[in-house]
Order: sequence, then C-alpha cells, then structure tokens
Amino acid sequence: MSGHLVDLWGWSHALASFILWLLSLPLELVNWISFQATGGPAPGVPGLIDFVTGEGLTAFVAVIIAVNILLLWATAFHLLIIMWIERKMYSRLQDRRGIMIGLGSAEILRNTLGRIPLIGRPFRRPSHLGTGFLQTVADGVKLFQKEVITPATADKWMFHAAPVMIAASTLMLFVAIPWSDGFWLMGAYESRVVNGAPAVVPVNPWGILVVLAAFSIAPLGILIAGWASNNKYTLLGGMRAAAQLMSYEIPMLLSIIALVIYAGTLDPFELVRNQTAPLTYGLGPYGSLTVPWVQNWYILNPILWIAFLVFFITVIAEAERIPFDIPEAEAELVEGWTTEYSGMRFGIVFGFKWLRAIAGAALIVILFFGGWSGPVFMTLDAPNLAASGSTYSIPILFQEFWFTVKVYLIFIVFVWIGWSVPRVRIDQILNIGWKSLVPLSVLSILLAALARGTGWF
Amino acid sequence: MAEMWINMGPQHPMTHGLWNLRIKVDGETIVDAEPEIGYLHRGYEKIMEVREFQKNVVLTDRLCYVSSITWSHAYCLACEEMMGLDVPERAKYLRVITNELQRVASHLMWLAAYGPDLGLLTALLWALRERELFLDLIQLISGARMNQNYPRIGGVRNDAPPDFGKYCRKVIAHFRKKLEDHEKVFEQSKLFQMRTVGVGRISREDAIDWGVTGPNLRACGARIDLRKLDPYDAYPEIDFEPAVAHEGDSYARYKVRMDEMRTSCDLIEAALDKLPAGPYRSKPPRRAEGEGFRRTEDSRGEALFYVIGDGDDRPYRVKIRSPVYSNIFAAPLMMRGNKVADVVAIMGSIDVCVGEMDK
Repeated sequence: MSGHLVDLWGWSHALASFILWLLSLPLELVNWISFQATGGPAPGVPGLIDFVTGEGLTAFVAVIIAVNILLLWATAFHLLIIMWIERKMYSRLQDRRGIMIGLGSAEILRNTLGRIPLIGRPFRRPSHLGTGFLQTVADGVKLFQKEVITPATADKWMFHAAPVMIAASTLMLFVAIPWSDGFWLMGAYESRVVNGAPAVVPVNPWGILVVLAAFSIAPLGILIAGWASNNKYTLLGGMRAAAQLMSYEIPMLLSIIALVIYAGTLDPFELVRNQTAPLTYGLGPYGSLTVPWVQNWYILNPILWIAFLVFFITVIAEAERIPFDIPEAEAELVEGWTTEYSGMRFGIVFGFKWLRAIAGAALIVILFFGGWSGPVFMTLDAPNLAASGSTYSIPILFQEFWFTVKVYLIFIVFVWIGWSVPRVRIDQILNIGWKSLVPLSVLSILLAALARGTGWF
Repeated sequence: MAEMWINMGPQHPMTHGLWNLRIKVDGETIVDAEPEIGYLHRGYEKIMEVREFQKNVVLTDRLCYVSSITWSHAYCLACEEMMGLDVPERAKYLRVITNELQRVASHLMWLAAYGPDLGLLTALLWALRERELFLDLIQLISGARMNQNYPRIGGVRNDAPPDFGKYCRKVIAHFRKKLEDHEKVFEQSKLFQMRTVGVGRISREDAIDWGVTGPNLRACGARIDLRKLDPYDAYPEIDFEPAVAHEGDSYARYKVRMDEMRTSCDLIEAALDKLPAGPYRSKPPRRAEGEGFRRTEDSRGEALFYVIGDGDDRPYRVKIRSPVYSNIFAAPLMMRGNKVADVVAIMGSIDVCVGEMDK
C-alpha cells in the first residue's frame, strides 16, 4: 500500500539538476567556442562543468529547493487553511457565520459576468456571501503593507532577530516532521523487512527527538522578543512564556518517553509503519489478541492513554492556545510579548504560532493516530503506453491527504477547546504542569515499562 | 524582580472605557493599585442646570448607555418628589417592567464583557445574542434600542403596545432556557471557577465602609436592595427576594448578577400580571421649587439624584451619586495580593461603566 503523492527529495533533486544544467550551458558554449578556435577545451572549464553538474552541488541546491517547498507548504498551504478553519469554527461556536469574503466577492465578477442577461444572476450577489477564504489572504496582504515600527527604546538588533528566530525554529519543525513516506527531508532510504517482505523504506532514527529539539528553541526567541521590546507588558508576557513553555517541555518529553518505551523507536517512519499493522493486544503468557481490519494506532491502546492526555495538553500549552495563552493574554497584557511588533513582524510572530499548533497536531497524529496511514489509498490506474502490460498508478486518496485530514481534525479539537474555556492564571498553569502533568507522565512511563516487561498490552 | 508601576489604561483592553488603573506589581503579584478616573468627565451636573426639567432626561439617558432607562427613571423620581407629583398606577408598573428589562440587558452586557476578560470570547457573542431580544422588547415599548428617552416626569412617555406582555413572556421563557447554557459555559467550567473563586475577596464591613453598593455589596452577604429597603414605584406591591451571595469574591459577584437576571424576569412577569389599566402619565408643572432626593437600585448599585428647584423651569442644582464611582475605589482592596491576571477577573466582576462614573 504505497501511495504517497509527493516525492520531495526526488522532485527537488530533479529541479536542482535542471537548474544546474541550465547554468552549465554558458560554460558548454565557452567550451564549444574553444574547440572551434583551438581544437581543445578551454583551460579549467570541463572541471568547472563537472563541479556545477556534479552530485555535491546538486544535492546542496536540492536541499535549498526542498526547504523552500516546505516553507510554501507551511505558509501558503497550511497557514492559510488553518486560519480559515479556526475563524470559521469559532464563528460557528459563537452562533455567527464569520468571515465570508470569497472569490464571489470580487467586484470584477459582478461587473462582467453579472451583466450578462439570464445567466449572470448568480454573479450579482452580495459581496459577503462567500466561503471567507480570501479574508485570510487579505489579512496577510494588509500586514505586508503596514509599516514596521521599531520602538525608540527597543534593543533594535534583538528586536528584529527574535521574529527570525521564532520563524526559523518553526520552519525547522516543518523540515523535521515527515508528511508522508515520500514527503520528507530529514531521513534516508534503507532496506528493511516490513511485514515480512523486504522493502526500501525511509528511516530517520532520531526524528522525533529533532522535532522536540526544534520545539524548544522558540521560547528563547519569545523571551528575547519580550525583553528587547522594552515594554512592561512584553516583559511580563515574555517571562510568562518562558516559564510556561519551559515547564511544559518536561511532561511533553516524559510522555513521549512512555511512548518510546512502548514502541521501541524514535523513528517517525517506523512509528507509522508499526501503526499500519493490524491492531494487536499482548496478553502476556497467553499470546496476543489481533483485531482484523483495525489499524494498530497507539491511541487504541489503553496503556498509552495517560501519555496521550499529557501530550495533548502540553501541545496546547506549547502552541500558546487558550486555555494556556497567558503569554498573550490580550485582556491584561494587551497583546503580551507581541505588543510592540507591527506590520509583517507581527504577522510572523502571530502566524507562526498557528504553525506551531499545526506541527504539534502533526506530532500527535504521528505518535498516536497512525500518521499518514489511511483506511484507503485509492489510485487511478492508467495503462502505460510505453511499456505494454504495465500501468501508471496515479494516487487519488494519497498519504498526504489522510495525514492532512487527521492533522486538521486534531486542530479542530484545539479550536473547540480553545473557544469554550477561559484562560488560566500563570501560577495555576505552572501548578497544572508541575503537580499534575509531570506525575502523570511519570506514571505513564511506569505503565509503558510494565506493559513492555510483562508482555501485556 | 523589582516592583514597578504598570498603567492599565487609559487605552487598554481591560478598562472597558476611558480610565486608568495603575497597579504596582512585584513580579506577577499586585502590591498596590490606584484607579485614576476623570477622562470622561462631561460636567453633567452643570449642564443639567441650564436645561429644563424634562429635557434633562435626554442627558441622564447618556449617563450610562447600557442602562439608560434606570438612570432617567431615578432622575424622574427625584423631580417628582420635588414637585410633589403623583404618578398613575399604570405608569408605575410600566416603569418596573422597563427598569427590569433594562437591568437584564445591562447585566447581559456585563456578562458579555466578562467573558473576553477571562479569555472566553464565545461568551461575548452568546450574551449579546440574548441581549438582542431584550433590546427588541425595549425598542418595542420605547422605540429605541439605546438612549431610549422613555421615562417622563410624571409617568412614562407612551403606553405599552398591544401584545407587549405576550412578547415579554415569550422572550423570558426563551431566556430562562438560554441562561442555563451560559451557566454551563461559566460556572460549570472548572477553569472559570479556578479564575474567580476566592479572587478579589472583600469583607462585608469593608464593602460597607467603602460605599460599595448593588450586586457587589449583595455578593458580600448584605441583603441590601433599595427595591426592598426604600421601595419606589410598584416594587412594594410585588413580592420578590433579592439575590444574595456570601463569599464576597468575583465568583459571588458573578453569581449574584446571574441570579438577579432571574429575579428580574420574575419581576417582569409579576408586573405584567398586575398591570392595571388607566392613564400612564400625569402632567408635571413647568416650574418647581423645593428639593427632591431619591435613590434607586440601579443595575450597578445605588443611584442617587438630588435635585433642587428655585421656582424656575430648570433645576438650580443637581447632584448625581454614581455607584461605580464608589465601587471602583474599593477595587484596590480586592486586588492587593492577587496576580496580574486577576485584575481583569476582579475589575470585570465589579462591572465598570465609565460614563456614569465620570459624569
């Protein structure tokens, strides 16, 4: 059941090869002229051509291209969609329709197609009756147009470095998280035996660890942003963020340790492969119970429920969402540590919070909800005319689709929680972290170790 | 961390208006607080001296725009006492009905503001949704949703439209059900209780010493409601029990207001049952001499009007006592020792209206 649509490394490598081949053409021309003039190659040029089109530079350019693809994947795809999902979702919770500017709101449609008699009527409609998707785009454009103001008393270098740090670490999350069997940048192909058959599969033995390391960079940027703005609100917000994020790192890591003890790997690809097998409960000395037709998602295993609970809560806290959005706390701290940012600087620090929520949701899906494994990988088979008897398989319901759907469902749960509870206080948040979540995560480690040791579950 | 003063205001999401709360913090703990008011002072008492008695109702409407009718009503009561005017029975009942409608609308506005204070924006939209129905009722009887200009010296401006009682009962029946939804979001939420229970506690004695009135005082266990103690209009003829809580914290203040909305609904229904036929307005004299001193139970506490007439057609002197003015200066008492985040939980529960505070 393969079925990934994107082959990130293959695509970016091919693109890099093409770009470098284009770059090598002038060199080839020089060489050709040299051949015409002297009958031999120009001195040094063949070596230069070999360097430009060689594997070393190609791989380097391919990595840059792949990172840029992931940047677009994060901001142009995920960010726009989850902003739209969040705004539509909480509007529905609040008994209203929310943003409604869509393509149909375009003036030009009413003035052109709308003027056609008989069939033009659907285009002559109120401007606020669309899906609302263009509103998020408009907000982004608005932020780009705004002036970036640096407070006179701010520490200018740190003030402008902090958004870069936050954005870079968030992007690092997107680079570290695999989005399907083919849509990944960190890892390597290896020959393994999967479900009793040899196969070439991606592996990344420390993948989850890298993701968690990337998660823990952002608090530093937030603290710097709060301090460098030289404002009392931002200072309080930055301090709160540092206290909150650092104290929630610990239960987050501990709950993952429980899962790692149970699953025996830190490799996201391996974790997902484990979860595509049929659901199996170990029964200790009595063998095991296998449930057919159900995938072995770790969420279905009661021994990991505590770990899941702790991890879910800490992800909400790491993403600074209500009820744990005290660093922002617009009621008392105006806008928390983002108060002094304006223009696209504000857009970055505000928007990338959503991306951290998406990265957290993706991590939840990989660890507990089967990653990109789906009930169905539908492919459209077309005959390969070049080689008779073989077919092209064009994926329709592919791994990226299932993964994105699951991530958005988890994100909707975030939104659902976030807009139905008030936020807690800083001392209460630390109490929850240290007095409830840390003991619970230690307990989940104990349970996972017991399950591994005894063979039950 | 060293102690520092933080200005919360004049433009700050916490203030719900134009005033400044300076708080002295030690890290996250509040050491001291100091309200600074007067940004919205419009010289009400002076303006009222140059306008005729009846025309001042337009001004008193604007004392607090979420509670217009109750304020104009207090002013009309003071003028009637000065003129020695008798109000028709029907007008008294209509006043009770509109006052209580206004009180529910005002409390819903408070609830709508309290939700976002605690980070629960959904409550804003829900409470405003319910408030819309009460504004519709007020519009039905007075023709306006804000600044209704409805009470008159000697009665009310116009009679209730036909079927007004039917619409009222329908809205109230609907509202009683919806209020349970609000309670699910607020008091049945553990997080809301964590934020409000035990926060901003003030003792009954302190509250009385500092002149705290209204729901904030009743939340301290004092059964002090001017509708009972110093009854006016048709209130003595209607049996009701003012809502009282005993803890004196933000949660108790929330609870009192929620219960008060129910009490108001009961009052409206009872007043509709007893609504007598007859004239709704008596003609006031154009000129008056004497003193009128009336206090009423406003949505936020004890509203007081002291009107002196010197035989002219406009007041010689007017004194307004705003409940928020007193309540807000008891806030530092409630705040000391709490966290910065509790400022919103406390100030929100006090229900500040800057218009009437700064006059």
